[in-house]
Amino acid sequence: MTEAHQMIHYVTGPHHTTEAPRITLARPVASRALPFLLVLAAFAFALLPRSAVAIDVQRVVSPGGIEAWLIEDNSNPIIALQVVFAGGAAGDPNGKAGVARMAAATLDEGAGELDSQAFQKELADLSIQLGFRAGLDSFSGSLTTLTRNRDRAFDLLRLSLTEPRFDAEPVERIRQQLIVRAQRNAVDPDAIAWSTLMATLYPEHPYGRQRDGTSETLAAVETSDLQTFTAERLARDNLYVGVAGDISPEELGPLLDSTFGALPAEAAPLDLPEIDPSADGGTVVIDQEVPQSVVALGQSGLQRADPDYYTAYAVNYILGGGGFASRLYEEVREKRGLAYGVYSYLQPLDRSALVLSGVATANARVAESLEIIRAEWARMAADGPTAEELTNAKTYLTGSFPLRFDSTGSLADILAGMQFESLGIDYLDRRNNYIEAITLEDAKRVAATLYKPEELTAVVVGQPENVEATRAAPDGS
Amino acid sequence: MFDAYHPASPAVLRSGGLRAGLALLAAITLLGILRGPAAAQVFEPETFTLDNGLQVVVVENRRAPIVTHMLWYKVGSADEPRGQSGIAHFLEHLMFKGTDSLAPGEFSDIVARNGGRENAFTSLDYTAYFQTVAKDRLELMMRNEADRMHNLVLSDEVVVPERDVVLEERSSRTDNDPSSQLWEMVRANLYLHHPYGTPVIGWQQEIEALDTEDALAFYDRWYAPNNAVLVISGDVTVEEVRPLAERYYGVVPHKPVPERIRVQEPQQWAGRRVELSSPRVGQPSVSVAYLAPSFRTSRLAEMPERPYALQVLSEVLGGSTGRLYRSLVIEQGLAAGAGNSYDGSSLDGTHYTFWASPRPGVEVEAVETALRAEIEAALDEGVTADEVREATTRLTAQAIYARDSVGAAPRIIGAALATGSTIEDLEDWPNRIAAVTAEQVTQALRDLIDPARSVTGILRSEPTT
Repeated sequence: MTEAHQMIHYVTGPHHTTEAPRITLARPVASRALPFLLVLAAFAFALLPRSAVAIDVQRVVSPGGIEAWLIEDNSNPIIALQVVFAGGAAGDPNGKAGVARMAAATLDEGAGELDSQAFQKELADLSIQLGFRAGLDSFSGSLTTLTRNRDRAFDLLRLSLTEPRFDAEPVERIRQQLIVRAQRNAVDPDAIAWSTLMATLYPEHPYGRQRDGTSETLAAVETSDLQTFTAERLARDNLYVGVAGDISPEELGPLLDSTFGALPAEAAPLDLPEIDPSADGGTVVIDQEVPQSVVALGQSGLQRADPDYYTAYAVNYILGGGGFASRLYEEVREKRGLAYGVYSYLQPLDRSALVLSGVATANARVAESLEIIRAEWARMAADGPTAEELTNAKTYLTGSFPLRFDSTGSLADILAGMQFESLGIDYLDRRNNYIEAITLEDAKRVAATLYKPEELTAVVVGQPENVEATRAAPDGS
Repeated sequence: MFDAYHPASPAVLRSGGLRAGLALLAAITLLGILRGPAAAQVFEPETFTLDNGLQVVVVENRRAPIVTHMLWYKVGSADEPRGQSGIAHFLEHLMFKGTDSLAPGEFSDIVARNGGRENAFTSLDYTAYFQTVAKDRLELMMRNEADRMHNLVLSDEVVVPERDVVLEERSSRTDNDPSSQLWEMVRANLYLHHPYGTPVIGWQQEIEALDTEDALAFYDRWYAPNNAVLVISGDVTVEEVRPLAERYYGVVPHKPVPERIRVQEPQQWAGRRVELSSPRVGQPSVSVAYLAPSFRTSRLAEMPERPYALQVLSEVLGGSTGRLYRSLVIEQGLAAGAGNSYDGSSLDGTHYTFWASPRPGVEVEAVETALRAEIEAALDEGVTADEVREATTRLTAQAIYARDSVGAAPRIIGAALATGSTIEDLEDWPNRIAAVTAEQVTQALRDLIDPARSVTGILRSEPTT
């Protein structure tokens, strides 16, 4: 918070969502500055070659059979590791939404012989960055360390994964922090808009729940639930490991065994059905006394493995995915000055998929903004992109791809995500070919089937003028 | 990902609450906040100045054929004419509206077609524009950025809708968010006279009145090569940059730029307290902000070590193992989160803020009392040599993380140079941090805590009816 207005950007809207491994998905809730947190600019920084050819991804298999993908880079004495387990918050027991999130926040609150403060102090003293997060479909941990503290860093990761203590004090403390966050989200227009949209699209499915839980569900989580979560979900057969930085394959191999070897061999089966989002369309209005309405929109999308995914990705870039260059941006912001940000993006999930869009605009201008977004949705479905738009999208998407690799940590993240999404170890070399191969004909075909303006559900939070609510808010919102 | 849509993310989840989000980026940006400068021999920048006064800084980072090209103007919202708050930021938006040779938006289209990313930002003391591109596109970026340094073209046709955009931006950032509204009031009360009390984005009624003429006047007054710093980092050498800089930026004429003369804070006689209650507050909080010296004002006051001591203090008290979190959150169980922050990188004086947020069922006043008691305890006992040693070790380690990113260098260097620090200051930062003593930290705290120079902000949740 404190510096919330010290630095403001020309455009902040969606930093172009990238199709590649996006494993940290899913909170349809803005992590906008808890009070006193610092809102910082998202900078796009680059580390990797434009031509992916130079990237050497090595497959490392430990003596004990644990696999990791590695990009060795000795230019800085830093090592980053990303671990992803399949299965996330969508698997939380009914009535206990928030278990995965709470586990993520307590794994580093004491493990083995170290209580919470001892564990945290060792991390701090050694400048080791360790953290966990729960997505809807995955649970991930990231570790970054200076080379000189490598062995202890990996050991602390091992302890947190295999011997978490879940002592009463940290569990209660984290619970209270999560409840505070839930209370905050309950009155935040942005958070309300996104959680209501998800609840509307998935009325009977865990995808429609508050991923991080509510005051009630968080209060119901017991230590045994956290223990069950780690025992069932953190296992070797649903484990994906990406490593980057100052470490050789020979050094990494044994560390994989010592770090992950004690995990159970198999995760418990995850009972989460496939689901299509509601196709009813329409508009939900949630009354809140704010000067600016927040609008979240969504309809069905494409799963990551869909052969048309890249084409859809490029088409979405043209509709609303480019920060400064998209139809929605041009029509809503540039021509009419209706909003600071407007965007759309693909959101593939494990058991479903969405196209999402958002805008925030003065109450008096919501109706016009919605009308434009729906019209652009329909225009894209009817006509598809132009040849020039597709060419520009391709040059952007291929040229900007390497810019995602902005640090040792993001390299590790991407390597783990590539495995999680079954993209293949040579994905970085192939990825731009998928983009280049898109034809205008494909783009028009995919646009015509993907965009369904009549199925586009809108949730408006605010006091919009001349916006007719056509359906009720789902229960509990 | 959902996270991607949101403006101005990421937030650094530091101090207190939910640490899971604290990752490498946080470490880098944290360094940027705490900053000064990054580590000795971290960036090893090379610098030269063109005949027209433009300073150019080059940081080699050979890991990839990529460059970040970042142009900083030494002008920010604190340099605005009275009554025209927001003009610095508004002009920043308008810099994308074309030149004699580029149509509105064309520069951005070129960046996108070339696979680049770009943005810009405005702060109290500076305004910066940047692109990250493949190295062979650097020349194109330099040509177009230099072009808009002196050839901006504006018309009401593009200015008026953009003003609406900025008003919506203001709504998103502030009017829709009670914690931001409160913080706007805290700042306005902390700086009674100095322009740092005015929000960067501007006051609404003044934004509404800004026009093309105002924007061009501000542009003509401040945008000049001799009032700018160009920082380029990535796979490029100073030998490669120099001829390009001369070719594109070198032709922009030098022109007289006014000195940045700002009013200074008068003696403050009374502490202030601001409160905001709203049903839209889900998370109550208390903050106590004190006026504090910056790197530059400390040098002027011949106490150059002071901001380094305050950075160490912030490390001792903050974070998940610091005194505030340990006492208020863990031991007393009153707060959900607690911490402090200090940013010494400003041209004029700055502030140091303590904060805490109660757990459910705890009154904000109880947390305020506990927060003040912790500050009092630190005042009485001082900090220990062990605490300072641990803090300085952690801080200097962060400098290594800063080196990891191509983009951190131009950001840190540009902000430092735009606020009166030098490259030498930057490079020497770890040494100066390492030299901080417990006595210096304790003295810095004692000089800081002056109730008459503080504002307390209370954010209170009001039940919905």
